[in-house]
Amino acid sequence: MTAPHGEGSVEEPVEQPVEELGSRRRAAARQAASVSLATGVYGVSFGALSVAAGLDLAQTVALSLLMFTGGSQFAFIGVLGAGGSGVAAVATAALLGARNALYGAVLAPLLRARGLRGLAAAHVTIDESTAVAQAQPDAATARAGFWWTGLGVLALWNVFTVVGAVVGDALGDPRRWGLDAAAAAAFLGLVWPRLASRSARLVAAAAAVVALVLTPVAPAGVPVLAAAAVAVLAGWRTPAASPRLGRTA
Amino acid sequence: MSPGGTWVAVLAAAAACFAVKLVGHRVPEHWLAHPRVARIASLVTVALLGALVAVQSATTDGAVVADARLVAVLVAAVALALRAPFVVVVVLAAVVAAVLRALT
Repeated sequence: MTAPHGEGSVEEPVEQPVEELGSRRRAAARQAASVSLATGVYGVSFGALSVAAGLDLAQTVALSLLMFTGGSQFAFIGVLGAGGSGVAAVATAALLGARNALYGAVLAPLLRARGLRGLAAAHVTIDESTAVAQAQPDAATARAGFWWTGLGVLALWNVFTVVGAVVGDALGDPRRWGLDAAAAAAFLGLVWPRLASRSARLVAAAAAVVALVLTPVAPAGVPVLAAAAVAVLAGWRTPAASPRLGRTA
Repeated sequence: MSPGGTWVAVLAAAAACFAVKLVGHRVPEHWLAHPRVARIASLVTVALLGALVAVQSATTDGAVVADARLVAVLVAAVALALRAPFVVVVVLAAVVAAVLRALT
């Protein structure tokens, strides 16, 4: 998923001419639409990989509708598909979603959403909606960008998940179509934009080595979770290599 | 895993991911803004995804193996370096692995 730019760069609007606000809102709407479409389309790959991993259509759609955070969804089906336990799959998905908590902390003061609206805001807090909100020049446009992107991705991600699941189901043996390799490439595509810093590249490489070393000796699912310890160690010890919040997506 | 067991895991994971999002909206910002917390959270994402790439591309049933997936992932890496869109990268990897398996 895409990376948000800048950190907490959204300011309360000063006096603004109405026509300028209108053009900013149109620009934000265009951005939200293009991000929603681009992200929604790769719901096809999630749907196909999920049924290839052994989940049925309803379970696949439940993940896109209720979990609704792409990285965690791919991780969840990856762990289950590799024979990991439900506990390992849940833990991996939750840990991979930890960055959404950071987004929420940045968005909450901006959105000031309470009650049901607050719950909805939390649900659509993902990489894309945060990125679009943070890219806007003022608070009102940022709020609009957040909601349009969050709801737009939610709708299209689910539509394309169904398409992918139906197509994946019709394909049959996932290995024959290279869907196991597609899952590996999906994880690579998700981690790629986050490898800008040297420390991130080192942590990714060390985590991969730890997971491979543990694979023959630990139950399925555990090697991936254990690799998260690499991040905790590295993050605890190297204050100098602090990535900005905006680079974390 | 039984369908019932999978459903329990699906719903538990969805609840956990929603709870994590809600925590971000509800806890005081200054606590999550601590540089160490932010740094670890971002590196956890990178570590988990890095480990998932390795496990998904080079292991089968608890053994480390090198097969068509490894070639496919290398091709995917080249495509990513050339700024190909996500969907293209994923489809390309599938095609490479499928073709290699059909040929061997």
